[in-house]
Amino acid sequence: MNRRAVLAQARSETTLGLRRGESLVVTIGIPVGVLLFFGRVSQPTVDGDPLAFLVPGVLALAVMSSAMVSLGIGTGFDRRFGVLKRLGSTPLGRPGLLAAKTLYVLAVEVIQITVLLVVAVAIGWEPAGGIPLAILFLLLGTIAFAGLGMLMAGTLRAEANLALANGLYLVLLFLGGMAYPLSRLPGGVQAVANLLPAAALAESVRGALADPMDVPLRAVAVLLVWATVLPLLAARLFRWEE
Amino acid sequence: MDAGAQWAIEVAGLEKTYGDRRAVDGISLRVAPGEVFGILGPNGAGKTTTVEVLEGYRRADGGAVRVLGLDPWTEGERLRPRIGVMLQSGGLSPGLRTIETLRLYTAFYDGADDPERLLALVGLTDAARTLVRRLSGGQYQRLSLALALVGRPEVLFLDEPTAGMDPRARAATWDLIRALRDGGTTIVLTTHYLDEAESLCDRIVIVDHGRVVAAGTPDELTGAAPRHEIRFSSRTGLDLVALADAVGVTVADCSADAGEYRIAAPSDARRVGDLAAHLLRIDAPLDSLSTGRTTLEDVFLQLTEEDG
Repeated sequence: MNRRAVLAQARSETTLGLRRGESLVVTIGIPVGVLLFFGRVSQPTVDGDPLAFLVPGVLALAVMSSAMVSLGIGTGFDRRFGVLKRLGSTPLGRPGLLAAKTLYVLAVEVIQITVLLVVAVAIGWEPAGGIPLAILFLLLGTIAFAGLGMLMAGTLRAEANLALANGLYLVLLFLGGMAYPLSRLPGGVQAVANLLPAAALAESVRGALADPMDVPLRAVAVLLVWATVLPLLAARLFRWEE
Repeated sequence: MDAGAQWAIEVAGLEKTYGDRRAVDGISLRVAPGEVFGILGPNGAGKTTTVEVLEGYRRADGGAVRVLGLDPWTEGERLRPRIGVMLQSGGLSPGLRTIETLRLYTAFYDGADDPERLLALVGLTDAARTLVRRLSGGQYQRLSLALALVGRPEVLFLDEPTAGMDPRARAATWDLIRALRDGGTTIVLTTHYLDEAESLCDRIVIVDHGRVVAAGTPDELTGAAPRHEIRFSSRTGLDLVALADAVGVTVADCSADAGEYRIAAPSDARRVGDLAAHLLRIDAPLDSLSTGRTTLEDVFLQLTEEDG
């Protein structure tokens, strides 16, 4: 793979991402907003430190917003405008383009996580440890949600993809155990939510940050399944031209 | 060296099927290095499919394809640095600026051309800082062309390159294509504009229903049907028998369509003079007059007319 080409494309993806105001709202604005609102204004009724609950939740939300929403919507419109097709006949090629988009998502995540952790510490969060394991889970979540974002981007029309990605973001935020505990949901909804990637990611990260020696195995298993199935489906069903 | 060294492009018996529709049904062609090669045909004839197989976008269902001696599908990684592609439409990020798009592409190629030089070449220097979404249709096409040239390609694929361009940009693009050809670039061109093909192409194939129906130089193609003719317009209802008699042809050689008349006969000065004298005698106007040999358009329409 042509490294210079991949880096140039990743830089270009990042420029475009920063120029899309609505993308910044979803990737930075909403996670920071959720952290501040539920951390300072309306604290979720949980045992113990509300920030210990919220910080892993908004980290998971951040991953969902960059890997699924921002990547997916951007790629859907790249497909609509023929950008994916055109780049496919340059030396960058399709594998290089995927590498560049991966770098783009990781770059956005580094910015998101840095901003969120600075805000969290500023309002009184104290890291307890388990950070390497939390990063590993966040990477697994990135793989799962990027798979979902690319699956939608590569199979739906750009407008349908835009609507579905945003709608799914909202649904998974509500069912993700990110801003408030799943225990507040009715039993049936809770059971479904536990099988979705959002709650699995939030709970895995929360477990890692609380006690890396005692991670919630069921949540990690659910996350692993999504991180395997979604990218495989995307790779199989993705169409480069609309 | 294999046979690929003699030909920039070799296609033998290419077949491509979408579902139960056979888009390309046994096309064969060869393009010499440094040649401008035209692929003409009505919409849906298989032009773009053929070009997209050559560009490595689609896998051939049957036949053999070599571009610069390489298989575009399996050896794309080696081929892509050596070709330039201009798609029929789209391809550019609306949120990037003109110059940003060009600079991005320079990172893709070793020994890339200078972005500022390319901007000047296609007349976009003033639009360097313009967002792609704000470019006019013709400017967008010119940027697409510039991007196809960034890697100093040995083979350039242009799919409808002047669609949407104003006459001046179109003329400038023709000059650019000729200059590239003179510099040794092999160019494959699909176009709807038959005057474009006639003026630019060294050789042409006309495809219809996925097959080659004619091939040759523009002169060979038009010469194969030497239908010298006179066309003129006048009032409707001229007497064709009297007209044929006046210009010395049979009435079968004369045809009328509303006020448009066509005489299938060599257009020498005497016959044109006889025509003018005849019209003067019967006091009919002569609103327009054209003479000459068959154009590529006539050949094209004749070969593909059943599509209607």
